[in-house]
Amino acid sequence: MSHGESVVVVGAGLAGLRSATALRERGFAGEITIVGDEAHGPYDRPGLSKEVLIDRRTVLDTDLPVSADLHARWLLGRRAVSLERNRRHLTLDDGTTLDYDGLVIATGASARPWPGPGGLPRSGVHTLRGREDAAALRRALTDGGPLLVIGAGFLGSEVASAARALGLSVTLVDASSQPMERAVGPVVGSVLAGVQRAAGVDLRLDTTVTALPGRSVLKEALLSDGTRVAIRTALIALGALPNTDWLRGSGLRLNDGASGGIACDHRGHALQADGRPTSDIVVLGDVAAPPHPLPYDGSPAHLSLGHWSAAVDHADTVAAALLGQEDPAHEIVPSFWSDQFGLRIRSVGLPMLAERTEVHEHDPVRSRLEATYHRGGRNVGALTVNRASRLAAHRRRIVDAWYREETTT
Amino acid sequence: MKVHVDMALCASHGRCVFAAPDVFSFDDDEELTYEPSPGADRRAEVEQAVLSCPVRAITLDGDHG
Ligand SMILES: Cc1cc2nc3c(=O)[nH]c(=O)nc-3n(C[C@H](O)[C@H](O)[C@H](O)COP(=O)(O)OP(=O)(O)OC[C@H]3O[C@@H](n4cnc5c(N)ncnc54)[C@H](O)[C@@H]3O)c2cc1C
Ligand code: SF4
Repeated sequence: MSHGESVVVVGAGLAGLRSATALRERGFAGEITIVGDEAHGPYDRPGLSKEVLIDRRTVLDTDLPVSADLHARWLLGRRAVSLERNRRHLTLDDGTTLDYDGLVIATGASARPWPGPGGLPRSGVHTLRGREDAAALRRALTDGGPLLVIGAGFLGSEVASAARALGLSVTLVDASSQPMERAVGPVVGSVLAGVQRAAGVDLRLDTTVTALPGRSVLKEALLSDGTRVAIRTALIALGALPNTDWLRGSGLRLNDGASGGIACDHRGHALQADGRPTSDIVVLGDVAAPPHPLPYDGSPAHLSLGHWSAAVDHADTVAAALLGQEDPAHEIVPSFWSDQFGLRIRSVGLPMLAERTEVHEHDPVRSRLEATYHRGGRNVGALTVNRASRLAAHRRRIVDAWYREETTT
Repeated sequence: MKVHVDMALCASHGRCVFAAPDVFSFDDDEELTYEPSPGADRRAEVEQAVLSCPVRAITLDGDHG
């Protein structure tokens, strides 16, 4: 694609904003149109499960700054409903069509809805993805507990932490044997379980919710351990699903059956159904499923991670790809964080792939922890709690192991 | 070049240390420390750090945003 042509960005979140900004930084002077189905411009989501719920920040504090040099046309409150790749054009929900020379798909993800069994009462049950969700959940928490959180991943654990800080009684239920087990592994998960219980959370592991009975008002939940819990509010925190529905029929390869998302190559070019990369479409952020960074026997070919850092770290790479410029070849390592119960959890690499966790430091008094994750002979990740000083060295080692094909343990 | 970190905002993400290890680091008490006037040759790294910080705590040359 050459300068002077037009780019359409679908999705006005972190990835949409960062990709547009990166295009300008790389000298793209053509028209940029950003389409977003929310009424407002870009904002940052991580605070919505943390500071916003305890009134340390308002939802408006989460606005992402937009540079005055961006010169983008914003089409907000409008949703892209279909893509015709051959004609390079998009249709929006109000019937408008948009032509593009280059397309950035940055439609993010949505909260996974209640999978059942059974239906849901009309009020009292929440999910959390956007600002309105956070505002509604905050109001519900202000009315008091008890709160039931379904899913002890990062989001569910953070909301449980906020609710405890507000003095509510909290039951946290997860089908796994430890909170955040998939992301941090069983060893670190068990440490977190201890912290959550010490903070007064009624943590029910290896447990599922079998029903949220009632048609109008939420009153109780039935659990697979045979107990009933009386509750006023429930949060369904069962992960996120990449927003790809509008691309069915577009001929792009969807990463169905795995972590979802649109399959792309290492530069962010969307793949066509036959696996060949497109040249005029790139994907970024939660909706992108790049090649698995450390494939092993039986691993999915593509992996959508849903980390804030992915949108930020890959923005320059996908901008270069869309503009037909040379690959900047950034040495990117996934990373995520979570703040809960006074713990600053910081991770680099992919602890989720580990067969083995090594704990190098665990100081329960100062709530410090440092662990590394290993698979075969490889160091696949590291995690620290209140010990960020150790992170950069681990990241360096992981960069060396991943990008220089050295084997470390 | 002038660098400033709003320590009230900094939440020890350490991403600035990944981006510009010669400018940002952690001390023994897990507090972020940094070189407030790094050389001009560090500009690209510091700009990367500004963009990488999840809480937008870093400003460069008094430029907010
Ligand atoms: C409550 C919460 C807390 C989080 N905390 C952390 C954390 O602590 N650490 C961490 O690493 N990550 C965290 N994350 C994840 C992080 O926020 C995401 O990785 C990040 O928001 C991804 O940005 P994105 O732009 O790809 O997607 P999004 O932020 O989802 O933005 C996509 C935008 O596109 C819009 N859109 C979707 N479909 C269409 C369409 N067809 N047409 C037009 N617009 C469309 C969406 O409405 C949305 O506005 C958290 C997420 C949530 C929800
Ligand atoms: S990236 Fe931001 S929050 Fe993290 S240590 Fe640096 S200044 Fe602090």
